[in-house]
Amino acid sequence: MNRDDRKPRKPPGISRRSFIKGAGAVAAAAGLVRVPPAAADEKRLPAGVVEKLGPEATTIELSINGKPVALEIEPRVTLLSAIREHLGLTGTKLVCDRGACGACTVHLDGKPVTSCMMLAVDARGHQITTIEGLGTPSNMHPVQAAFVETDALQCGFCTPGMVMSVAAALERNPAATTDEIKHATAGNICRCGTYPHVFAAALRAVKPAPAGSARSLRATKDA
Amino acid sequence: MSRRVTLDLGFAGNTRDVTVVIPDDEPTPWQWGERLSVVGKPAPRVDGPLKATGAARYTYDIELPGMLYGAILRSPWPHARIRNIDLSAAEHLDGVRAVLALEDREIRFAGQEVAAVAAVSSDLAADALKLIKVDYETMPFVVDMDAAMADSAPRVFGSGSNVGRTSTSSVGNVARGLEVAANTIEAAYTTAVQTHVCLETHGAVASFNAAGDQLTVWCSTQGIFSVRDDLAVYFSLPPNNVRVVCEFLGGGFGSKFGATPEMIVAARLARAAGVPVKVMLPRGDEHRSTGNRPNSEQKVRLGVDRDGKLTAIEVVARGSGGINGGAGSADPFKSVYRCANIRTEERNIYTNAGPASPMRAPGWPQGCFALELAMDEMARKAGIDRLEFRRRNSDNPVRAAEYEIGARAFGWAEKNSAPKSDGAVKRGVGVASAEWHAVGVSGPEAQAIAHRDGSVEVRVGTQDIGTGTRTILAIVAAEELGLPVDRVKSEIGDTRFLFSVPSGGSLSAPSNTPAVRQAAAHLKDKLFRIAAPILSAEPGDLEASDGFIRVRTNPSRSLAFADVCKRIPGDSISAQGERVPNYEGFRTDQAGCQFAEVEVDTETGIVRVTHVVAVHDAGRIIDPLMARSQVNGGILMGIGFALFEDRRMDPQLGIMVNPTMDDYKLPGSLDVPRIDVTFFEVANGITNTGVMGLGEVAHVASAAAVACAVYDAIGAPVRSLPMTPDRVLAALGHA
Repeated sequence: MNRDDRKPRKPPGISRRSFIKGAGAVAAAAGLVRVPPAAADEKRLPAGVVEKLGPEATTIELSINGKPVALEIEPRVTLLSAIREHLGLTGTKLVCDRGACGACTVHLDGKPVTSCMMLAVDARGHQITTIEGLGTPSNMHPVQAAFVETDALQCGFCTPGMVMSVAAALERNPAATTDEIKHATAGNICRCGTYPHVFAAALRAVKPAPAGSARSLRATKDA
Repeated sequence: MSRRVTLDLGFAGNTRDVTVVIPDDEPTPWQWGERLSVVGKPAPRVDGPLKATGAARYTYDIELPGMLYGAILRSPWPHARIRNIDLSAAEHLDGVRAVLALEDREIRFAGQEVAAVAAVSSDLAADALKLIKVDYETMPFVVDMDAAMADSAPRVFGSGSNVGRTSTSSVGNVARGLEVAANTIEAAYTTAVQTHVCLETHGAVASFNAAGDQLTVWCSTQGIFSVRDDLAVYFSLPPNNVRVVCEFLGGGFGSKFGATPEMIVAARLARAAGVPVKVMLPRGDEHRSTGNRPNSEQKVRLGVDRDGKLTAIEVVARGSGGINGGAGSADPFKSVYRCANIRTEERNIYTNAGPASPMRAPGWPQGCFALELAMDEMARKAGIDRLEFRRRNSDNPVRAAEYEIGARAFGWAEKNSAPKSDGAVKRGVGVASAEWHAVGVSGPEAQAIAHRDGSVEVRVGTQDIGTGTRTILAIVAAEELGLPVDRVKSEIGDTRFLFSVPSGGSLSAPSNTPAVRQAAAHLKDKLFRIAAPILSAEPGDLEASDGFIRVRTNPSRSLAFADVCKRIPGDSISAQGERVPNYEGFRTDQAGCQFAEVEVDTETGIVRVTHVVAVHDAGRIIDPLMARSQVNGGILMGIGFALFEDRRMDPQLGIMVNPTMDDYKLPGSLDVPRIDVTFFEVANGITNTGVMGLGEVAHVASAAAVACAVYDAIGAPVRSLPMTPDRVLAALGHA
């Protein structure tokens, strides 16, 4: 994709995104020198030794949804691209391509991160959970089920990222208030404007509604 | 061949009988107050689990064997001629399989398509774009609407004027109306260009067969059939040789009708490379080139008499749709309030900026903002309560009832008369009226199929833009067949199904549900003919409810629906339904109103919306849970329009300076107020389901209500959207 945006007669501003992609491009040309993450460190390299990766494709190991996977990728490949294009897990979405919208949110050791802003090689040694790892249509995570019950989705494109942010927030604090959920999802943009039902879903996932309750009907008021 | 049916139409306290002639094979319209089993009950959407688990497959998620990734090179210049394009270096890059120079030799906006590549990965495609050398002859350009109107301005289209045709309307005599007015106001209002920001960018996966005469396109579109027809024309293929598929769609908001450039590019690359090609636009291109809501400048004059009745409404409006037409915002002035003297004038100004496209109730949010803020300025000058002023000038009984419901739910009387705080944060309230005409159109056809295993499918060539179309159609078919919703599967998003109209302008629900209901009714008739001999009854004596087919006069004589299906001779039976033209109804318009409360920090100029009450009528509501989702979304998109969103062009460089999702500001979770939605159900007749659309009407008044509330809070109107802190401070005299 044309990511350099070719702004004429304007010095290129450095954004987080262009910086990370630039780092990738440099890596493609000259290789990438990194201090490996601690877990990989113990297995493969003595302490203090740095590792050179690329520029060509190289084999890395990641832990995705509890399973180890080996990938042959260029070091410039983002975690998002590794998940989607190399592993075929397409639930995680690319939307803003600069960490501004949260659609690519995955869990890194249980914490929400934007996978478009992280290189796959930097995810080595960490536990990655994607939306597919949280639950499946026939066996949904309580947060996913609550999203369905409260209609916390419209076009659905932001939904995987939104679910990951809410699930992480409730993992941190199962008694999270609407205000805390608002802050937890402040990095997730929904153009359909479905936020009020997302807040309702979070409250419902925390405290399951009794059978037959019309709680979902009060969704907007809960928010 | 037809029969007469009398319908009881309207709403409590305001009903009238209308007798309509309907075709014999058309189900009798659901009557006002008729007890329905699944229609009107909140139900989660049927494809919710797929969306909540990431299993829903959008165009962006389609991967085909051997598929290449396409990318588009765009002009950095707002106006230029292309002298030469050198593709050779890109063609020689390893992994690149097709390179195209696009035909347009004259560039009219920064972001216009110039060339395209297909390569084995998206990173390689991006690398290849950088190797294409384009020799541009740059030309003078203009991106500012006012500058574009000058005689000396660079022309966007050669010798043609930048100033489009003036479109006018006139009723009565506005000059006279102003002359006789006890009070008049005159003010100019502006709104900024808003971009759609569909989360799934525009894009397609295209695949030709080996012979090159069959094209299949998976694309993110609001109109699979309009895409099919456009592609058939472009590639000189019979429409039946083009198949368009859109199972899930990550937002459209009006920007995804017809075959868009990236779809054509994907198909051309696929033909050139001989394998499928996927083109999904990067975010910046989405902002710059796939459409936007034009800006507006609206000069408004109002006059009122001593009784607070409008004597004159005038608007002179202009806006720029970039290289497209489409600017215009006069519609609300013509119909929302009653006045004997109304004059409107609107013009589109061409500039070297990305093309406008329809966006959620085109023209209405702009016009409604200017009209409603002007109404408040008038009410203040004339010393009339703002809600009372609106009541006096509206002759729509639906809106009158909605004002009362909304005012009560919002607490208008207390909040509107509450004294302003002495502190820096001032609270204010506002109300604005909506309008739309979502009665739907004839054209769609539907198929309903019962299988031997007792399951039912409905198939329609529509698509779900996020409003829950799959679910709505399943609910309607389930109602007609007396089944729970989960027994019916909706299949949509494929031009192999029967024709339907694009999902836009609030067309989907009112256009598709009557066709589905008729198809289900025809299917039911066929099942009745199977069941009748077993139940020793005539088919006409049977009814379907609670999963059974029963003798109406003796409900104990029944067969389970699934048992009837077991007697289907083959594997399935199917029936078709069509959407008949609209019957005479109660009204063809929708009213609606929204009340907003804001807090304005008079030291920082920051506006926070704290509460919105929305009251809307959309005929019969099929699923109040999903309907409320739509209204929430309309309000929040309106808050974005009111407070944040602004496509900024650099007048020196002619480029969009904020084509990202951090620089182009969208409403987020922390901007969400308390929202209370009330549906005011009106039996409108018109179709066999009485359903109207909701997507547009829920958005029309939102920004206006917020603007009116800000005016109330600070005592000075902010006449430009978005109401950014600098504008609020300027209105307060702090600039």
